[in-house]
This record gives sequence, C-alpha cells and structure tokens, in this order.
Amino acid sequence: MNAYTFFTTHGAEIFSTTLEHLELVLTAMAIAVAIAIPLGIFIVQHPALRTVALGIASVFQTIPSLALFGFLIPIPFIGGIGKRTAVVALVLYALLPILRNTYVGLTGIDPAVLEAATAMGMTPWQVMWRVRLPLALSVILAGIRTATVITIGVATIAAAIGAGGLGTFIFRGVAMVSDGVILAGAIPAALLALIADGLLALVERRLRVS
Amino acid sequence: MPSPTFAPTKISIEFRGVTYGVNGTTSRAEDPVRQRESTPENGSRIPEHLTHSGGVPEARNAAGGARVLIADVSLEILCGETVVLLGRSGSGKTTLLRLINRMLEPTAGKVLVEGRATTEWDAFKLRRGIGYVIQEAGLFPHFTVAENIALVPTLEKWNAARIAARIQELLQLVGLGGQDFAARYPRQLSGGQRQRVGVARALAADPQILLMDEPFGALDPVTRAELQREFGALAKRLGKTIVFVTHDLREALLLATRIVLLEHGKIVAQETPEAFLQHAHPEVRAFASCLDTEDDATETAAWETSAREEFPRGAGGAKSA
Repeated sequence: MNAYTFFTTHGAEIFSTTLEHLELVLTAMAIAVAIAIPLGIFIVQHPALRTVALGIASVFQTIPSLALFGFLIPIPFIGGIGKRTAVVALVLYALLPILRNTYVGLTGIDPAVLEAATAMGMTPWQVMWRVRLPLALSVILAGIRTATVITIGVATIAAAIGAGGLGTFIFRGVAMVSDGVILAGAIPAALLALIADGLLALVERRLRVS
Repeated sequence: MPSPTFAPTKISIEFRGVTYGVNGTTSRAEDPVRQRESTPENGSRIPEHLTHSGGVPEARNAAGGARVLIADVSLEILCGETVVLLGRSGSGKTTLLRLINRMLEPTAGKVLVEGRATTEWDAFKLRRGIGYVIQEAGLFPHFTVAENIALVPTLEKWNAARIAARIQELLQLVGLGGQDFAARYPRQLSGGQRQRVGVARALAADPQILLMDEPFGALDPVTRAELQREFGALAKRLGKTIVFVTHDLREALLLATRIVLLEHGKIVAQETPEAFLQHAHPEVRAFASCLDTEDDATETAAWETSAREEFPRGAGGAKSA
C-alpha cells in the first residue's frame, strides 16, 4: 500500500494518533520542566550538588531509548505496560537539556550585573527572581526546545510498550513491510517536531535580552 | 585649593585593628562576588583563593597558607569627605571598599559604619543605604534606564509617583535630562551614558555614603575626563561621603579631599592631594613618576601633532607656516 492511499483511507486514525502522540509529549514535557527548572535553580545555589545532578541526568541520556523503556517495565508504580511508563521514560530523557540550560543560563550572567545586584542590597532570592531568571529565560527556553524535539522523536518508540502514539504506525509498518504505513507515523512526527521547533524558536527570540 | 574642614563624624567609617584577613562571605548573596573575583580578566580583584574560604578565619592562598589581605589599617572617614583609595592591582583597595558594605567580612578587627560594626548591620539594609558604582556600571540589561535607577527605591517600597519623580530628578542631575533616556535599555546607550546611569542608580535612594570602584576605568580618555570633571562638581554639591577606588593618580588628585595610598594591604600614605605629591615614600614616588611618564606621553603626542603640521601630506618641501 502506498503512503498516499493509506493517508486518504486512514486520515481520521492518523489524526487521532497524532493527538495521542502530542498528549504523551506534552505530559512528559510539563513534568520535565516542573522538575528540571527548580532543580537547576537549586544546584545554582548549592554548587556541591551540581556534578551529581547533571551526572545523573546525563546517564539517562546515554541509555538507548528502547532499552530504557524495557528497563522501566518491571519497576513497580512507575513501570508496567502503557502510557505511564512511557511518560516516565520521556521525562528522564527530557531532563538533561532543560537542567543543563537552566544551570548554564543562570550562571552565565555578567558577573558585574550580579555584583551590582548584591551590592545594592538585593537578597539572594531577589537576585534569583529579578535578575538571574529573567536574564536566563531565553537560554532555558532553548533547552526546553531541544528537549521537546527529542521527546517527539523518542515518543515514537513508546509504542513498543503499548503507549500508543505515532510509533504505532511505524511498528505496524515495519511488521507489514509497508513504507506507506511507516510514513503515516513518521511524517506527522517529523511535522510535529518541525512545528514545535519553529514556534519555540520564535518565543526564544522574543525573550532574548542582548 | 584649601583642604575643606569637615563636620565631626556624624557618619564615620572606621577600620580598626591590627590584622585583617577577609572572610569569604558566608551568605549566598556573595556568589556574584566570588564569581567576579575568580574570572581571570579581573586581575585587579582579590585573588581567587579567597573565593572558597567561607568561614575560615583568614583568607588562604592556593598552597593553604594564611595570607593577610589588609593589615595594620586604621582609617577613619568623616562625613562629606571624598577619600580616594589609590594603589596598584592587588594592593587591597577593592577589598577595603567591599568591607564597607559587607560584600566581604573582616576576619579580624572591625569595620564600623555609623558607629556600628558592619557584621551587626542587616547586610541588605546596610547595602541599600550605601550607593555603589562599579566599572562598566553593571546595569541590568533587562531593565530600562528608569527601572535600573528605580531599583533601590523599589526594594525599599517607595510609591510609584515618588519613584517617577526621583528618576526624572536624577536623570537631570547626571546630565541625561532632556531626551527620553528613561525608556531606553542599557544596550542603547554609550559607555559614558551607561556610567552616568550607574551613578544615578547609586544615588537613587539618597544614600549618605557612596562607594565607587574604578567607575570611569573602562571609558575612553575623553569621556573619562568629562565624567571626572562633572562628577567632581556633583560630589562637591551633594556633600556625600565618598570612598573611591582607583589606580589613576590624576583621577585621585582631581577628586579626592584625601588620598590614601595602599601597598600590599597596608596604608603607606594618607595626604591631601596638595601634600601627596611631596610625600617621600617610595610607592608615592612610583605613582608620581608615572604622572611624569604620562606627561611625556602627552608631550610625545603633541610633538607628533606638530610634526604633522610641519610636514603636511604631500607638501614635499613646501613651507606652509
């Protein structure tokens, strides 16, 4: 079956699967952001923990994605077959780019600016909220952008553990030896990644303070 | 110029004691200082070994030995004085300055501001009451000029109308009235204008004390001279107590009511500008001699100019004057 006929005959299914994929990605990203940004702020204030936190996040990044999904299945509470396990794995993947950029953004600020802030009587929290975070925002967003694109790609593999999403078509296509079916998963996934990348790039540019 | 006489010490900053090491400060608020000090380009800052010495009674050098940064310093600064701390890189002048607003804490001895040890002050309150100007101004790039100036008043929760009025007043004061500078961002200003905003920001909450760390050091010579003159006039008018760090003797002579020369963390001379140049200490002579060298440089430039005039381009042997 060629791709065109598959798209025309299965349009509704492709659309709903794309939404399912998007849901996986957004859930994982929301959780990853909620963990990585506060953690980044924390390690800026406790530099001793920096190496450990970044190290652990890097280790997750190095595990092949299919293996990570597999490893999680037997783990109680977060594991098993289905969406929950997939989200956990995706969160682990997304942590590093966000955490690293948060840290780099918060520490890469002109020392003269930070010195002035402190010398003028700002408390450490005021320095964080009013100076460091606003100035780091575009760098942090760049991390979120990278993580989003990675997550959209890796989420296709989540279908292997029954989490659904566009990977369903890809695995089905591989089994059927059908390029058309593979493309039904691959093309929407690629489009999602491109659109997300473009939109976040726009936001990032608006937030940049030169 | 007769040296001015000052009122008795209503506000006084005193350094008393025999030996000062300096604590790497204990609060996270000082992170930026540590970072700044450990950047290689800030060669004149306190050496890096200070940066990890939190809580240790004396600053230690890389080999672990104690190193005294400020020693045998007893300095009283009276209300309305402009004291210039002069010295080479690493002589301890910036350390001394930072002790005043508790960016650094003394490990021995005492630093008193208005009769109270800085360590007894609430650090944030103390700092908000002391204006601070640094090289390159350190303006907040994400704040407009107005927001930069408004920083301390905002922290002190002034009402909006009062802050707005104060911003206009200060822009006038530093020569940035007229055009609408208030809405601009620092990146839209020249170096000299940024430094003017830096001064305005430091003066915002009308502090009695102003600390300035080589504020004009990064400016081109013409702009620097302009700002030095204007600031000198402003300082006289405002009557603030000013502590000013520089390694430029000319600047010191222009602005100071008293010059304090530091060498290896010790005060080696304390004189009025008039008396300073007569002082016999070798370090004073060293500084005075570069004044001569700078004169030579000026003369060389003058000679080059006259040489160009004598031999105009393409004029061959033509006599033009």
